[in-house]
Amino acid sequence: MASKGEKVAGWGMYPVVRGELSRPRSEDDLRAELSRDGAVIARGNGRSYGDSSFNTEGATSMLRLSRLIEFDREAGLLTCEAGTLLGDVIGAVLPLGFFPPVTPGTKYVTIGGMIASNVHGKNAVRDGAFGDHVAWFDLMRAGGEIVRCSAQENEALFRDTIGGMGLTGIILRAAFKLRRVESGWVKQTRTAHDNLYSVMDAFAASEEATYRVAWIDVLARGRSLGRSILDIGEHATLDDLDARQRAAPFDVRIRGKKAVPFAPPISPLNGLTVRAFNAYHYRAGKGSAGESVIDWDSYFYPLDALLHWNRIYGRAGFAQYQCVLPKENSEAGLTALLDTISGSGRGSFLAVLKRLGPTCGTLSFPMDGYTLALDFPWSKPTAKLLDRLDEITLAHGGRVYLTKDSRLKAPVLRQMQPTADDFRAMRELDGSAGRFSSLQSERLGL
Amino acid sequence: MTADTQATKPHVLIVGATSDIALELARQMAADGHGIYLAARDVQRLEADRTDIGLRHHVPVELVEMDVTQTGTLKAKLYALDPKPHIIVSMVGWMGEQSEQEKDVDQAARIIAANFTGPAALMEAGASLFATIDAPTTLVGVSSVAGDRGRARNYYYGAAKGGFTAMLSGLRQRLSRTKTRVITVKPGFVATRMTEGMDLPGPLVDSADTSAKMIHRAIRKGRDIVYPWKWRLLMTAIRGVPEPLFKKMRF
Repeated sequence: MASKGEKVAGWGMYPVVRGELSRPRSEDDLRAELSRDGAVIARGNGRSYGDSSFNTEGATSMLRLSRLIEFDREAGLLTCEAGTLLGDVIGAVLPLGFFPPVTPGTKYVTIGGMIASNVHGKNAVRDGAFGDHVAWFDLMRAGGEIVRCSAQENEALFRDTIGGMGLTGIILRAAFKLRRVESGWVKQTRTAHDNLYSVMDAFAASEEATYRVAWIDVLARGRSLGRSILDIGEHATLDDLDARQRAAPFDVRIRGKKAVPFAPPISPLNGLTVRAFNAYHYRAGKGSAGESVIDWDSYFYPLDALLHWNRIYGRAGFAQYQCVLPKENSEAGLTALLDTISGSGRGSFLAVLKRLGPTCGTLSFPMDGYTLALDFPWSKPTAKLLDRLDEITLAHGGRVYLTKDSRLKAPVLRQMQPTADDFRAMRELDGSAGRFSSLQSERLGL
Repeated sequence: MTADTQATKPHVLIVGATSDIALELARQMAADGHGIYLAARDVQRLEADRTDIGLRHHVPVELVEMDVTQTGTLKAKLYALDPKPHIIVSMVGWMGEQSEQEKDVDQAARIIAANFTGPAALMEAGASLFATIDAPTTLVGVSSVAGDRGRARNYYYGAAKGGFTAMLSGLRQRLSRTKTRVITVKPGFVATRMTEGMDLPGPLVDSADTSAKMIHRAIRKGRDIVYPWKWRLLMTAIRGVPEPLFKKMRF
């Protein structure tokens, strides 16, 4: 089996390597891997989009190291192995009145991956990123030794590992704080906005809200540039629920899942279908404006309902572009980005605008500002467009999210993320550069 | 454990619980609301899994030290369990090295004990316990397609599993008028710790998760004999091969 190799890729299905996914069951298995020659990179559930979760040889899958270890209900502190899926954490703690402090747009991520990417959610202004809620983790270093890292203990390594893309070692287990919730429901307020300025005003006027996310019609131009649907959400209290929901506030029936069975040779998403979808989505959103109470799964993870949705982009795969711009430059920067995208006619099926806030971590992505995330079917013109978006992001003092990236160039990263050089120097110094590497770290010289 | 730890369904005893399929089955049945007993020889190895299953599914999970080859101890061990399990699953099995078993009769005897004598004694002890319970109960014996026809590669293992299959068949007939159901499970090749490193034909290999689901469904639906469908076809074909031809085949 190992000789032929299996296809290994990120969620964007580009790039793809033929390699081997090892599936260790214990610390001893991991140490054995580190004692062999060759590069090592830990991989969670393969939900990062680009090439950060594997190298030319494959990756070390952490999915078999996925046990819950302890739950301290008084402190709301959960300890688990790094390969534990976020969805399994929710399944265990929600019936007891707890929810993850920060969640990305899918529950099929591992806790180790959430730390390595320092993932953010729709509550980044209020609550920072996931790393801000991590009490400690154990990290296996290049020599196989295990180091406990926290804000008090090995603090530098703690900061380098949060958002460190798995390049400082292998995260084995972690403890993180959960938030208390009264129910498994979310109270959502939806508003429609005719253009970018209107939705940015709405963001500015709702800084005290917990969850905020806007979907943008990136193909709208002129006076409609940046027209959006903004959803603001709060965990529903018992008072927000009807009598039936209140009787069993955590008993939320989860929708059935559908799956995209295979990747078609040519993507059904083209200029025409994407434009139609975007226009439809905007009108449907406008029509459903107002208040509603929806279950946690539909609210936080709408795309999880369609398993393997990444296949709809076809076999060539797709690129997700996500950048963040500092707050003061956001209006000018977003206008330039949207102008360029709508002018290119290469519409994005899903375009999301969020507010981010400051967080910890040497290489972390979030900063106080606005983030825009877009999907594009992979092609040469797409690559050119994304280079152009890099220039605009850079010119406005922004940066891109490494967890989504498969194509950024090393010199551009260094201008966007001045700490990248320090990070590389640290890796040279402590020996992790010679041991832990991904296609992305090679490409970007991390 | 917290006050929220509570089984909504009867306890399940899974023997041979260190196997990948057994642990997966334990997780699935815990998710369903069953209390869980995990039994094995070196059961202390499962402490972390016990904690994990309890935290995930809020049901009681207990570890039971049990060696099915110590056949005389089994009845007492089962009767000591409180609450009584209503489902007992034998996942015990050990393939060993055929080439060693050919040369060493003691090795061969150990394979017979691990795959036939022990599991059969466990099923008998379970039948005896279940006779004291006035509720539907289920005995599940995990046998193997290797028992359907002896092959050069593993014929002691195959003989023992074949014996176990026959024993389960007889037990099922004996208990057919009681509230105890007997289920024979024949997984094919499963990607587990036992088969890691073996060169197996990819399309015929199931994941531990798939196998556990098959067993779980069989328990819920009360089936008699369950196979993966591909293996049902394949074994029907293999059983049909005339012996003069079969003896020359190499697989």
